[in-house]
Amino acid sequence: MATFEPALFARINKPDSASLKTYQADGGYSRLKEFLSMAPGDVTNIVKDSGLRGRGGAGFPTGLKWTFLPKDYPGPIYLAVNADESEPGTFNNRYLMELDPHQLIEGIILACHAIRSQKAYLYLRYEYGTSYRVLDAAIRECRAAGILGTNILGTGVSCDIILHRGAGAYICGEETGLIESLEGKRAWPRIKPPFPAIEGLFRKPTIVNNVETLCCVTQILYRGTAWFKSMGVPADPNNPRDPGSYGPKLYCVSGHVNQPCCVELPLGVTARQLIEEHAGGVWKGRRAKAVVPGGISMGFLSASELDTPLDFAGPGKVGCLGLGTAAVVVVDDQTSMVDVLYNCCRFMSHESCGQCTPCREGTAWMTKILERIRTGQGRTEDLDLLMEVAGSMGIIPGTTICGLSDGAAWPVKNAISKFRSEFEDYIRSRKASVTSAQQLMAVH
Amino acid sequence: MATVTINGKDVEIGSNERLNCIQAAAKVGVEIPAYCWHPALSVVASCRMCLVEVGDKKPDGTVAMQPKLVPGCQTPVKDGTVIIADSQKVKDARKATLEYLLLNHPLDCPTCDQAGECYLQDYSFNYGRGYSRLNEPKNIKPDKDYIGDQITLFTDRCIMCTRCVRFTREVSGSAELQVVSRGSHEEIDIFPGHPVNNPLAGNVVDLCPVGALCSKDFLYQQRVWWLKSTNSVCQGCSTGCSVTVDQNEDKVYRLKPRVNEMAQGHFMCDEGRFGWKYTHSEERLNVPKIVSNGHSTSQSWEDVLGSVRSSLQKAAAGKQKIAAVLSPWMTVEEAWLLATWIRSLSPQAVLAVGPVRVSGTDEHFPRDLRGNVIEPVKFTIRAEKCPNRAGVQAVAAHFMSDLMPFEELLRLASSGQFSAVYLTGGDPQGWISEMQAEALSDVETVIVQDFLPSPVLQHATHILPSGTFVEREGIVVNHRGLAQLIRRAVRGPDGSRPDSRILWELSGRKGLFQSESLRAEIAAAVPALAGLTHPDLKSTGVLLESAQQVTI
Repeated sequence: MATFEPALFARINKPDSASLKTYQADGGYSRLKEFLSMAPGDVTNIVKDSGLRGRGGAGFPTGLKWTFLPKDYPGPIYLAVNADESEPGTFNNRYLMELDPHQLIEGIILACHAIRSQKAYLYLRYEYGTSYRVLDAAIRECRAAGILGTNILGTGVSCDIILHRGAGAYICGEETGLIESLEGKRAWPRIKPPFPAIEGLFRKPTIVNNVETLCCVTQILYRGTAWFKSMGVPADPNNPRDPGSYGPKLYCVSGHVNQPCCVELPLGVTARQLIEEHAGGVWKGRRAKAVVPGGISMGFLSASELDTPLDFAGPGKVGCLGLGTAAVVVVDDQTSMVDVLYNCCRFMSHESCGQCTPCREGTAWMTKILERIRTGQGRTEDLDLLMEVAGSMGIIPGTTICGLSDGAAWPVKNAISKFRSEFEDYIRSRKASVTSAQQLMAVH
Repeated sequence: MATVTINGKDVEIGSNERLNCIQAAAKVGVEIPAYCWHPALSVVASCRMCLVEVGDKKPDGTVAMQPKLVPGCQTPVKDGTVIIADSQKVKDARKATLEYLLLNHPLDCPTCDQAGECYLQDYSFNYGRGYSRLNEPKNIKPDKDYIGDQITLFTDRCIMCTRCVRFTREVSGSAELQVVSRGSHEEIDIFPGHPVNNPLAGNVVDLCPVGALCSKDFLYQQRVWWLKSTNSVCQGCSTGCSVTVDQNEDKVYRLKPRVNEMAQGHFMCDEGRFGWKYTHSEERLNVPKIVSNGHSTSQSWEDVLGSVRSSLQKAAAGKQKIAAVLSPWMTVEEAWLLATWIRSLSPQAVLAVGPVRVSGTDEHFPRDLRGNVIEPVKFTIRAEKCPNRAGVQAVAAHFMSDLMPFEELLRLASSGQFSAVYLTGGDPQGWISEMQAEALSDVETVIVQDFLPSPVLQHATHILPSGTFVEREGIVVNHRGLAQLIRRAVRGPDGSRPDSRILWELSGRKGLFQSESLRAEIAAAVPALAGLTHPDLKSTGVLLESAQQVTI
């Protein structure tokens, strides 16, 4: 571990790291001309061979996704860059965009070349004002330097980036929701099939990739697939459907730790290592009760599961949904899981787009039940009801159009099954962490 | 041919049919419940009510089922598709979805217009749980009394199927409705200052599977289980929308479109939907009269009809011609009765088709906000505002090779060419002006058969109060030659008689008016109307050009 040298974060501590000059001084764009003269299929094959999996949450193999585009399609084909980083606890894209935008831009140009697209839409969440200004300046610098636009560096390849700011909704991070939002519509995820690679933005074939994924593309092309594959967790030979977890990953550690941080490490590091070695341990000398492995929709690791390797397959082996965005949120032993779960549910019910019945009503119902439990009005049978509601809302594979419903149901099932005795104690004690609105009304 | 298996039953699907699971299941009588799916609107698959298990039958006979439930509306069937719609998994999913839909739905069925024809009630009864486990307060959303001149929205009853939103975007094109807010606080609303007042607005009430969108015209008028429905055809324009007339105790309460792909599809326009009110007008003629020397005397039907018969016989025997005007509002049978009778009195009798009201140009939908029509056209309100020009012309053409224009008939009447004219009206918005009526002032016998007063009455010698379309039975032929049956839904006011009965008696036929035998007579005599005996006439209607006479 000590020998690990950050690649994605190689420049973030340099002065003026966001400028074209710094990036170029570090060798950035130096081989762009060479890569753009390769056949697009060759670029795709390099990415495919590297075993790169999407960093946005689902972990779908990136190179494979690119091959889903219709063959010999005359165009246009679009690349949509998903920078609507809104999973709670996730802030790795923000580091990449604010501190090293050119790495991302080079990745976008390379990905566009691979998928024969001449236009990339960068969908940036509205709250990232600094990212917007930095990216905007970087894109202008590139246009002025001939790195973006028509006939990039004389290679005959053209590519431009359109920076689009969202209006603030979690669901815009779902790839078809993002596409709808880009088209100027309400971000209601589309029914699939057709998948975006066949019919996406403006009804044209579209590839949606996460910011970190595209930064990895840059690194893979410069450093080679062997470098990328030298890190991570190889595929499980007993599971033919496991493509393995290779390469570096940005882990965001937040919550009840001494030093919340975003740190680049090879895939497969454990939650305990992250907390102890990189985040300065749990705060106030307490111990971790639960750890979210990758965004709240993935569920929780209990204190005994902290040595689970955080690769794409690891969290799934202990009942979590997956690695997600690798946003590790630490919950200390003084915090009630009822409150934690309530917070998750409230977020999900606020962010449910409201299209599918189970998600629209289920998220709100679970929130109401937990709200009642928190006012001391809970009944033990509420836990079974919560489990049943979460069950009918969806288990991957889900019963709704997009994955939000699954992601909303999973932490509920996970928390109640792993911390059931705590929930029961809470309900039996009839303690209230909050006062209900009705009680407040009665007082006044 | 493709074979699809639904709950173990095989059904053959034609090679040109593109069906989803719901439609394929309906073929074998299996209902897959759905809210958001509607055959005339785009698929959103958001209500999740139609979740079913779907699989494929492999060539070796084994069945590979998909691991998850899929929405039946979104899943096309192909050869070998296996649908399971009655497994415990499917039943549990439906039960859960219904519980979700009812969480925030008020229990106000006793005061809700939709009760009795509500899909929430029906599906809850068939597939639901029967009680709610919600212990918390329901979300309360404000009702929106005014979202259109004819439409009101009970926001709390809405289940967010978005059929209405899609209708205004995809069929009317006017896009007034939208979804606002998010999650369980979502509501349907209009864009401020743009109410749903497009010419097709009323359809959103029919589309609403629950009682959220209600028609102000029908609101709190009747419980729907009191209503009796009769199949009929809208008389508003020559599109001839298939409709049902809903009535109780001889009072019509509403018209609803009846699905007929041959006629108009699924919808109807507001002009037709609310255009039946004249039927219960206070002005309705309800006393048969004979007018002589400026004195109008009310008489019994027998006396008036006797007088009509003798006056016309006398006129026919004279030197001058007699004439009859066949209104484009008559049914084919009525036109035939009048034409044959007049011609039997005088073989030289002149027949003219009454005035065809044309208003503006055909209005096609969807139209964008600038009024440009968007292809493909999904609905048309026609400029020709009468239901049966084609049918009446076909009858008239059988008797006269050159059809005399109505204006020409009036010109001849004013120059004293006719001794008697038999006029039929039927256009509730008026069909003759005072000046036109003046042309008949010197005609000796003017018989007017109509249900509303018009300027021509002052020159009439005989007034025969007739019936509106809800009181009559017969055939109307629309703009593309589709013959459809209108049926009698209510009895007319005392003193009036359906046109067919008046003409049946005048022409001296025995017994009561029999439309079926009359249609056989017409079909045999007029090749263009040979299709009138086709059995499809009673359901979808018959395209006359292609139909052959069928002997029953």
